Amino acid sequence: MCLAVPGRLVEILPDENPTLRRGSVDFAGIRKEICLAFTPEAEVGQYVLVHVGFALSVIGEDEANRVVRLLNQAGDWE
Amino acid sequence: MKFVDEYRDAHGVAELSGEIRALVTRPWKLMEICGGQTHNLLRYGIPELLPPEISLIHGPGCPVCVTAPELIGKAVEIARRPEVIFASFGDMLRVPGPLGSLLAAKAEGADVRIVYSPLDAVNLAHRHPRREVVFFGVGFETTAPATAMAVWQAEREGLANFSLLAAHVLVPPALEAILGSPRRAVDGILAAGHVCAVMGFGEYEGLAARHRTPIVVTGFEPIDLLEGIRLLVAQLEQGRAEVENSYSRAVHRDGNLEAQRMLHEVFTAGPREWRGIGSISDSGLHLRARYQEFDAERRFPLPAVAHAPTDLGCLAGEILQGIRKPRECPLFGQGCTPDAPIGAPMVSSEGACAAYFRYDRRSV
Ligand code: SF4
Repeated sequence: MCLAVPGRLVEILPDENPTLRRGSVDFAGIRKEICLAFTPEAEVGQYVLVHVGFALSVIGEDEANRVVRLLNQAGDWE
Repeated sequence: MKFVDEYRDAHGVAELSGEIRALVTRPWKLMEICGGQTHNLLRYGIPELLPPEISLIHGPGCPVCVTAPELIGKAVEIARRPEVIFASFGDMLRVPGPLGSLLAAKAEGADVRIVYSPLDAVNLAHRHPRREVVFFGVGFETTAPATAMAVWQAEREGLANFSLLAAHVLVPPALEAILGSPRRAVDGILAAGHVCAVMGFGEYEGLAARHRTPIVVTGFEPIDLLEGIRLLVAQLEQGRAEVENSYSRAVHRDGNLEAQRMLHEVFTAGPREWRGIGSISDSGLHLRARYQEFDAERRFPLPAVAHAPTDLGCLAGEILQGIRKPRECPLFGQGCTPDAPIGAPMVSSEGACAAYFRYDRRSV
């Protein structure tokens, strides 16, 4: 359950409270609204490592592709 | 070696495995902390790629597995209350407790809902103002900042019908207990990359020095895991006990400061009971005084749930400390399977018993 999954930040959603900054993150075609409170530095187009609805860190595209490949191989993460 | 063909980088794997063989001169026992790593080690057949001197033992790194049966009992009691919507991560639903599992309570009519994020539970509370929404906060330092944010948000919005059943646990105190135990069975530690992405690894430096034990921050791919093992073996063979970061593409020494700030705003460390291990001081996250009105244990006072023998004969405690291996349990595969689990390490896909059952069927 501690797995964190990479996705690409495609949009930053407007919110009057910067502590609750949210963005739309694309996970191989599926978009989810993700809290960006812990990654204030994240910019549209970058990859973020997401866990239980929160972006935990900004990562490089290479790392994102490696993890996605591993997850596809495993295919059975719950 | 049946999974070797699946590696894109089979060459890198063979090379690392060869380097480990060249380094090793004595038997070493290495422990990974993280259940996700346990799962991948077994899935990719990594134990078979290692020289016979190296044995891998599996630590307590599955928060589902270490949640005390008493707490599962409390969760079920709270969930059964008619006014309650009980929100939980899906992994927790099948874990057996003294009053049965949350899934069984749901089948009997309790309103138990699976959520993806703690913030989903806050949204449930908004949508159902006449109900009490209780979130079961389970997980290590990777997950706890998200729960902290949910509580912080509920406080800020004056959300009176939201509360938290707190079961979050911290890795370093558990490592302290395992490394300081007279029954200690480990020589070196693979630290979990995603926990360190949040907390950094400064805390591990004291542990490594005090217990003269090397600790390597490690990622999740087969190559990552083998590289972590290689670095540990090199340290052990050279008599070093340092913290090394082999997952620098996601982990920095200080971790994620924003997430840590939120964690410390809402929670403070206190004792917590670990399934099969017992109480470990300062290993659990408890709500600070300012947030205590959101504590489900205060909001729904419960009689202490007696520890009914739900897991008689289960060796979870010894498995979670790496003292024994799943297939040393007489119930493994005989009476205890993922479909009919007796103990928590067989329930969660990240539990050591489930990982062995799934990927290492030699002795079943
Ligand atoms: S096989 Fe089942 S009974 Fe034995 S230790 Fe694992 S979870 Fe417990």
